[in-house]
Amino acid sequence: MRTMQFDVAIIGGGPAGMAAALSARKAGASVVILERDVRLGGILNQCIHQGFGLHYFGEEMTGPEYADRFRKMVEAEDITVLLESMVLSLGKDKSVTVLSPTYGLCKIQARAIVLAMGCRERTAGAIALAGSRPAGIYTAGMAQKICNIDGYLVGKEVVILGSGDIGLIMARRMTTEGAKVKLVLELMPYSSGLKRNIVQCLDDYGIPIKYSHTVTRVEGSPALSGIYYAPVGADRKPVLEKEEFVPCDTLLLSVGLIPENDLLSGLDVEMSRITQGAVVDENRMTSINGVFSCGNVLHVHDLVDNVSEEAEIAGKAAAEYARNITRTNVEYVSVSATDGVRYALPQRVSKGEGKVRVFFRVGDVYKNCKLVAECGGKQVFSKKFMVLAPGEMGSFEIDRSALDGDMVVRLER
Amino acid sequence: MNYDCIVIGGGVIGTAVLDRLAAYELNVLLLEKEDDVASFTTRANSGIVHAGYDCDPDTAKARFNVRGNELLWQDAGELDVPCLKCGSIVVARADQLDKLKELQAKGERNGVETRILDRQQTLEIEPNVADEIEYSLYAPSAGIVSPYQLAIAYADRAVLNGAKIELCSPVTAINRSGGLYSVRTDKAEYTAKIVINCAGANGAQVNDLAGAEHFETTYRRGDYFVIDNTERKNVSTVIFPLPTAAGKGILVAPTADGNVIYGPTAVDTTDSNDTATSLDSLDSVRKNVPLSYKKAAFNKCIRVYAGLRTLIGHDFVIKESDVLHNFIMAIGICSPGLSSAPAIAEYIQKIVVGKLSAVPKQKVKRVMTKHLRLMEIDEKCLNDLIERDSAWGRIVCRCEKVTEAEIVEAIHSPLPATTVDAVKRRTRAGMGRCQGGFCGPRVMEIISRELGIPLDEVKKGGGASIARYKVKEVE
Repeated sequence: MRTMQFDVAIIGGGPAGMAAALSARKAGASVVILERDVRLGGILNQCIHQGFGLHYFGEEMTGPEYADRFRKMVEAEDITVLLESMVLSLGKDKSVTVLSPTYGLCKIQARAIVLAMGCRERTAGAIALAGSRPAGIYTAGMAQKICNIDGYLVGKEVVILGSGDIGLIMARRMTTEGAKVKLVLELMPYSSGLKRNIVQCLDDYGIPIKYSHTVTRVEGSPALSGIYYAPVGADRKPVLEKEEFVPCDTLLLSVGLIPENDLLSGLDVEMSRITQGAVVDENRMTSINGVFSCGNVLHVHDLVDNVSEEAEIAGKAAAEYARNITRTNVEYVSVSATDGVRYALPQRVSKGEGKVRVFFRVGDVYKNCKLVAECGGKQVFSKKFMVLAPGEMGSFEIDRSALDGDMVVRLER
Repeated sequence: MNYDCIVIGGGVIGTAVLDRLAAYELNVLLLEKEDDVASFTTRANSGIVHAGYDCDPDTAKARFNVRGNELLWQDAGELDVPCLKCGSIVVARADQLDKLKELQAKGERNGVETRILDRQQTLEIEPNVADEIEYSLYAPSAGIVSPYQLAIAYADRAVLNGAKIELCSPVTAINRSGGLYSVRTDKAEYTAKIVINCAGANGAQVNDLAGAEHFETTYRRGDYFVIDNTERKNVSTVIFPLPTAAGKGILVAPTADGNVIYGPTAVDTTDSNDTATSLDSLDSVRKNVPLSYKKAAFNKCIRVYAGLRTLIGHDFVIKESDVLHNFIMAIGICSPGLSSAPAIAEYIQKIVVGKLSAVPKQKVKRVMTKHLRLMEIDEKCLNDLIERDSAWGRIVCRCEKVTEAEIVEAIHSPLPATTVDAVKRRTRAGMGRCQGGFCGPRVMEIISRELGIPLDEVKKGGGASIARYKVKEVE
């Protein structure tokens, strides 16, 4: 079997992988990106709407434009890119088994690995959607791919279950293509997407959204003919007496994203049950030394700009690890979340100098609340918020020198 | 077009019959109304090869199940169909030992070997039975098979041996004159000396079309959960509760493809197309599984589905019609139909061969060429394959690790797969945890390319397209 050696192997050539590769290369490492698709860019290539890059590049661009900006930077550097290359397994010795039509089954021996595989969409099966199993029920991202890459609409009379960002974007996209988006249903009393997407993709087009409602069953064979929906009670179970029918030929699902960590099953990486990604330190290093994780495979982000920044941290740290300039014997404090804060990341921070940015997500909509971070009972950060919502990730910066004990991030209401 | 024999229905019974007849110097045709074989009952059941202990003694069910079990393992081996003789257990609480003994006695009358195990012995077979379980009835000859792959493999081998299969061909009329049947579909008319009704859920309707015995049919729907293959390690055998009048009960079983299923329920219905799952029924699976199995993982569900058992009275109807000469019925095939299929086919083969004094073909393909599956190929062999055809290096379905080469092979198999669902049943592309979200559009592109049809003509299955309308064109 052909073997190639690199300091840093990056798994995934989407926004996270490209940013990690650039920062690893800048830090002096030899770098390979392993990308399963025929081009770099990942899911950005099908996100042809505006809204990318405002934070990172200071200008608003489409997904393909954002990806292209990074692709050109990658191409300008001495970075090896293997396309159509699927990683089959990872070894504890940081060997990566790859299958590619060009190189066959081959092995990459790396000193450090950056996981940048992104996430996948929850499916109708995962939510045990009741009813028939017709054509016409797709995840929003699959419909987006068929629309924006292949040039076809999956239907013209649409109901969307879930208010994740891709679902909201597709509500607008299908509408501009002449489809009628009849209804968006959200199980929770609030949206899991960005506020701006609710406004720009639903409100601006007069598309109704019903919170605390869900699809109870679907009907039609071989093609979808309609869906039944009902309000849900406090237990999130549908109140079937209030079931109503909507005829439609399409049901798009935007009911959650799951970090694509299947590759880690053979490794003993400590995972977070909340984020469904690895538990990491401030360098985005997992519980296995030299294995880093960033972007949506670590935790699902709202903005690609944040993905790029996080990946730069991981890429640089991976290069330093590979080149043996990472400190050893570091002492960690743990970072945990409680009282309304669903998670905080990184989940551990090494003691030392400099600042570290902590990202967090809340578990419900909270108004007029205060976010507090405490270390050993001492407050190291606090900030008041008019509103915090699960759909919007927040962050704050702390001084590592202030960390003299485990940190807890919580809400005061 | 004149045939010796026409088989109506391409489920596991019809394809098994066709496969057996194709080994003789007979001109045989199978008519299937859907766009693939294994499209209804055969696609949605438990995939269990039953041992045969629970059938009422002296019934067709008992006879065909026990013989079918013997034949099925052999057939699956020759046909390269995923299967595993993992045994089965019926679990019981301390106060239910008598019921197990009754079941064992039935098994003895059917000639099926079983053993009653205490809790400790049960745990050796299946470590994850529920804590309340004190006894089990172990049947070592039971196991699992991929039901649709079995039917597809029968169909493929039949075609290779000279049989003909017409898909999308619902039978609209059957007439008899001058000792010959004429069978009409919406596309063509065929004649045959013998007609074999293997029409599954529509078996009674086909009987009516032909003017054979009229049967009242009822249906019993069963809902299932399919659980992610990460749970496969927790299930070693097929775990049944005690059977009831409604059936064998809600089981926990590995699937031959490496998943786990929970189900089926038993919901009586009069609709021969009722395969929609319901919230109630799915909830009853959620309630019942933990009674026999302690590692229920409904949060790892990747799919729910429902299948239909077709019931005509209490037993299979497998015989020549009393009113129509040379009209053979294999209908009312509910559980254990899959397990019985090879034996039913053997029985029908004997009738047909006797009637037509058919002689075996000189050259018959028995052992099918092994389907290469990426994850089972060693490194050297794989790299040689990729050298010859780079499609072996291109993974299309990431969850199930299916390459483009496997998909292309399925599209050009003896009975070609022409839909996304047909490709899925043959290759598993789209059966994993992302349920085709990633590979679906890629599979569509490959079908479109290989068949030379536009993307919007690629069907999911059952005649419905996925990419339905072109986006707006820019002038």
